[in-house]
Amino acid sequence: MKKNSIALLIGLFAFFHLSAQVSIKMPEGFTYSIFADSLGRARHLVVSEKGDVFVKLEKLKNGNGIYQLKDQNGDGVADSYKGFGNYTGTGIGINNGFLYASSDEGVYRYKMTNNEVDDVNAAEKVVTGLVNKNQHASKSITFDKQGNIYVNIGAPSNACQVQDRRKGSPGMMPCPILDSAGGIWKFKNDVPLQSYNNGTKYATGLRNVVGLDWNKEVNDLYVMQHGRDMLFQFYPDLFTQQEGAVNPAEEMFRLKQGSDAGWPYCYFDNGKKQKLLNPEYGGDRNKIDICADKTKSIIQFPGHMAPNALLFYTGTMFPAKYKNGAFIAFHGSWNRSPEPQEGYFLVFVPFKDGMPSGDWEIFADGFAGDKKQPGAATYRPTGLAQGPDGSLYVSDDQKGRIWKISYNK
Amino acid sequence: MRFIFLLLLSFSVINAQSQAINKQIMSTGKDVFSLYCLACHQEDGTGVPNLNPPLVKTSYVLGDKKKLIGIVLNGFQEKVEINGEFYSNVMAPHDFLTDIEVASVLTYIRNSFGNKASAVTAAEVKIARKAINN
Repeated sequence: MKKNSIALLIGLFAFFHLSAQVSIKMPEGFTYSIFADSLGRARHLVVSEKGDVFVKLEKLKNGNGIYQLKDQNGDGVADSYKGFGNYTGTGIGINNGFLYASSDEGVYRYKMTNNEVDDVNAAEKVVTGLVNKNQHASKSITFDKQGNIYVNIGAPSNACQVQDRRKGSPGMMPCPILDSAGGIWKFKNDVPLQSYNNGTKYATGLRNVVGLDWNKEVNDLYVMQHGRDMLFQFYPDLFTQQEGAVNPAEEMFRLKQGSDAGWPYCYFDNGKKQKLLNPEYGGDRNKIDICADKTKSIIQFPGHMAPNALLFYTGTMFPAKYKNGAFIAFHGSWNRSPEPQEGYFLVFVPFKDGMPSGDWEIFADGFAGDKKQPGAATYRPTGLAQGPDGSLYVSDDQKGRIWKISYNK
Repeated sequence: MRFIFLLLLSFSVINAQSQAINKQIMSTGKDVFSLYCLACHQEDGTGVPNLNPPLVKTSYVLGDKKKLIGIVLNGFQEKVEINGEFYSNVMAPHDFLTDIEVASVLTYIRNSFGNKASAVTAAEVKIARKAINN
């Protein structure tokens, strides 16, 4: 009896021990280390030329919204955590000798010297007063080579209905939200206190973008849009439960000044393989209407997988096929239930001359652990950054883990 | 016939508080939940981190029934803190549900996902709805 109890205890321990371990599956030759852990809601991250990781938190940890992580002995695991910045947010980046970090209303910057922040208490506000109505409030950032910063301002809405997320409520025409949100705004990277009056609406018709990156090879802005929710729940006559789970597409856009990706009027139908009129605007899964003139996405993915980071790989550590291709961190779906959820992985898309040159593939999977469900997932990939040696860093906002992925020839 | 059924149903809802939770109410509640709540709050009521609040053992679900009925009828637009976490998504008003549907779904939620609390009656929903409309 006693023997049995001990065996049971050992069995239980082994079970829980195993289930608490999450191993990431990647292609042959790739390895990872757990670079940092337990940072809480770790969102985007950036790596300095010296190899320090700066990560932005959506929830303060010990009163800090940014952490600088150093790996002084070079074993792939951070051995020093230093926190600063008493505001929460998502975006972070290094540009032209400054560290930039966003709150849900604006963007701050800190002067850097030799890859260190001069004064963590001397934040200068570069952008201020952006729309923050909780829904889709995170402000992701990226930079071009001409001294400009691009900021996503997500639409605080699902489909610009008169009553947001209410079944049967019609879409507003024109959608007034687009005046101050639902697009990418462009600002100077060195002018204090800019807002709508001195920024440019660079691209519009984007419901919410969390993952975006400036492609330095072709000098264009690329973004991943989070597609709308509730197609099956609101329009069961047009979409089956399964069709609602995979629609609309999550889309990647290559943007130019003045691009209009079509939200809230249009969505990309994965079944019909084209941009169609949203049902809130009279769409019936056949009508194209005004959507014919909107900017087309360059690659589409199954619905609701929530692309939270986009990174064009410019390093030389990974095999040649990865050079200038796109890594995407899919946070993982929720609007598929009760159908099985999808995402919670990293995807790679090969590129040639700034356009996809092959099918997308799952690059790294297993972050969620046993359950691909939003609440029960062990980890959810949220941020991507490239190290100076060409390694790839991945952040998680479920528990605050950071992985460092390397390739060994 | 349908009227008599509804009458009987509402009668049983009114009496549910003093009894074990009525199976029919739970079944109606589950149907309403699947149709209008499940997409956001998830099948097991655990919600979505940062977006859609969990319904598992929270003060909102187990506490003041009037407040809870109000959330269903009015929707919920503010960023809300529950057990130290914030939730930001918008819940639309569900005032198109009948008193019995609201009572059933709330009774279901208060007695599922590990929750155990008294039933919500159609009469309580009726009073709350009147207070909102006035």
